[in-house]
Amino acid sequence: MRHIISVLVENKFGALNRVSSMFSARGYNINSISIGETETPDVSRMTIVTEGDEKIIDQIIKQLNRLIDVIKVIDLTNTKMVARELLLISVFCQKGTRSEIVDICEIFQGKVVDITHNTMSLEITGPPEKIDAAIDLLLPYGIKEIARSGTVAMKRGDK
Amino acid sequence: MKGNKKPKLKGAQIFFEALRKEGVKHIFGYPGGATLYIYEHLYDIEDIQHILVRHEQGATHMAEGYAKASGKPGVVLVTSGPGATNTVTGIADAYMDSVPIVVFTGQVPTSLIGNDAFQEADICGITRPITKHNFLVKDVEELALTIKKAFYIATTGKPGPVVVDIPKNVSNSYAEFEYPETIELKTYKPVYHGHPNQIKKAAEAIKNHKKPLLYVGGGVVMSEGASEQLFKLATKLNIPVTMTLQGLGAFPGDHELSLGMLGMHGTYYANKAITDCDLLIAVGARFDDRVTGKLDTFSRHSYKIHIDIDPSTIDKNVKVNLPIVGDSKNILEELNKYIDFTIDTSEWLKQIDEWKKECPLAYTKGDGKLRTEYVIDVLSNLTKGEAIIVPDVGQHQMWVAQFYKFKYPRTFITSGGLGTMGFSVPAAIGAAFAVKDKPVISISGDGGFQMNIQELITAAYYKIPVKFFIINNGYLGMVRQWQELFHSEKYSFTNLQTINPDFVKVSEAMGVKALRCDNVDCVEDVIKQALEYNEGPITVEFRVVKEDMVYPMVPAGASVSDMIVKRLNPERMV
Repeated sequence: MRHIISVLVENKFGALNRVSSMFSARGYNINSISIGETETPDVSRMTIVTEGDEKIIDQIIKQLNRLIDVIKVIDLTNTKMVARELLLISVFCQKGTRSEIVDICEIFQGKVVDITHNTMSLEITGPPEKIDAAIDLLLPYGIKEIARSGTVAMKRGDK
Repeated sequence: MKGNKKPKLKGAQIFFEALRKEGVKHIFGYPGGATLYIYEHLYDIEDIQHILVRHEQGATHMAEGYAKASGKPGVVLVTSGPGATNTVTGIADAYMDSVPIVVFTGQVPTSLIGNDAFQEADICGITRPITKHNFLVKDVEELALTIKKAFYIATTGKPGPVVVDIPKNVSNSYAEFEYPETIELKTYKPVYHGHPNQIKKAAEAIKNHKKPLLYVGGGVVMSEGASEQLFKLATKLNIPVTMTLQGLGAFPGDHELSLGMLGMHGTYYANKAITDCDLLIAVGARFDDRVTGKLDTFSRHSYKIHIDIDPSTIDKNVKVNLPIVGDSKNILEELNKYIDFTIDTSEWLKQIDEWKKECPLAYTKGDGKLRTEYVIDVLSNLTKGEAIIVPDVGQHQMWVAQFYKFKYPRTFITSGGLGTMGFSVPAAIGAAFAVKDKPVISISGDGGFQMNIQELITAAYYKIPVKFFIINNGYLGMVRQWQELFHSEKYSFTNLQTINPDFVKVSEAMGVKALRCDNVDCVEDVIKQALEYNEGPITVEFRVVKEDMVYPMVPAGASVSDMIVKRLNPERMV
């Protein structure tokens, strides 16, 4: 099963490597990993999307906790959370298809960020499934390039 | 130095001030370009002894032997590049067996890092997966605190190796020396005390089962005072005890409740007991594949309690019913407080006795041939379990585990997890620097003895009275055994008979007295001679039979109950 794990780490060189090499050394998958600063400059948040059965996820969380640079590990999968991904996609276009592509972009509440005679680049954010759906709809026009940020996620506030 | 009046200290001096604060008395090291400032300072230091090794790998194993024998962290000091990469095997070994060592590596100056500079290696990158943690000290201001953290991390929780990489300019820059007495890391808080409710439940579980078994590992050996608590628990309730390789010594091997070692080359009765028990109490052990064999059939009918300081070992290989995370001594002590009852295990012990009679640990005697088991037997009797035994890796290691009767923790020192050939010679030297009141006996095969043979020179130079036993069967015996059993008797590159050096001559050339024994009659005499010789190291070569095999044996991946208990009929073999 797919899990979204949020990991707070000390913002030190090597911390990302410690985490990613733990995954590779123990044979765990990383579907995506994203990392950035948090409200505290010396703390970074990694959002890791991984797959595995209950036993593997349990080990992943324990092994992450074992790393000295790791401050906190939260499995967000079964919690109330917000998960978002950023997509930058460059699509081939011609006179006739340009407006169709803009329509699709608008439906996904995206933005056109670059345009040439034969390509358009779009910026779309949303939950990973929405990103998948957008790519699926843009596929017929011909895709030149895709850049996905990987999922970033956080818990929703308690009410 | 040179009239420098700054109140600040040079990095190299800070280094030694920090080591003093940590109570370090011995450093195993080898100088080089990147550590020149540190060695310059070391030149005038008298209260810390630097032991000059012959190869950096030797230094790491010495530090391991030192740490395992004393419980104090072992310290290594090497230069950058090749000096650092030569420590990798020892670091990996310490990581697998949770040995607290701190390895200081020199590094090229910070301005050259990443430049493919002379003798540069990214040792932090290289050792990341095999250290508990590692540090690159980029600024002399961080040096003292980093050393504090390194010792703290190496020695607390589940111990392990820590690397501190010190660029050359850092050891040559100045900073004020401040060293905190204690330290707390917000990201690292080992749990020492088990959850009281879980401990209470464990006592309940013990009360309600009839066939309990204690399965104890290195965690009990490492945790000061844990073996006393274990003894109390086992003897009060008459619970039999089996030990892992690293657990040997946690419970007296000559006690009637001891089942010896379990697992791949464990005793028949220990493996029978773990398969048949209804309550398994694992303490400081990690359900390693050499212990469990095939997981599906491992101790299927038991209720499992798992006491360990490392939460990641819980449910890693075997799903347990009752985990208790914490230090084994603390938890066993708390558990003992709840033991205000007795249980009747007499039926269970009777059953185990039958297994013991059915298939005791034994070897062929009386045919005049010299066997390793006999050497170990005689050594065990002569030293009465009062020695520190440091076997290498392979058949002889298993025979030591089976036939030497260990009495105390920290008297059996071996490479278990990584299985590093060449461990014994340097590790025994390290142990002998830490412990002066017990004889230290290194036991190697003819293969492993050659892997760090250069450290004999170290032992000779420092007149360290280690007894280096060589069990020479002219083969890489354990590999040969597998070739015989599972690889169509194709003895591919395991026969060393014609290529071994003369071990007596080579020892003597390195300044080590040497004896040889090639028959049953001289064993006792040479061991006595070796034990009585204390002016320096001594080598004793035992020329043993060539083709013996270690039994019982659980083939890799098989159930522990499917062990091979005696030599297969030669006619049945392909």
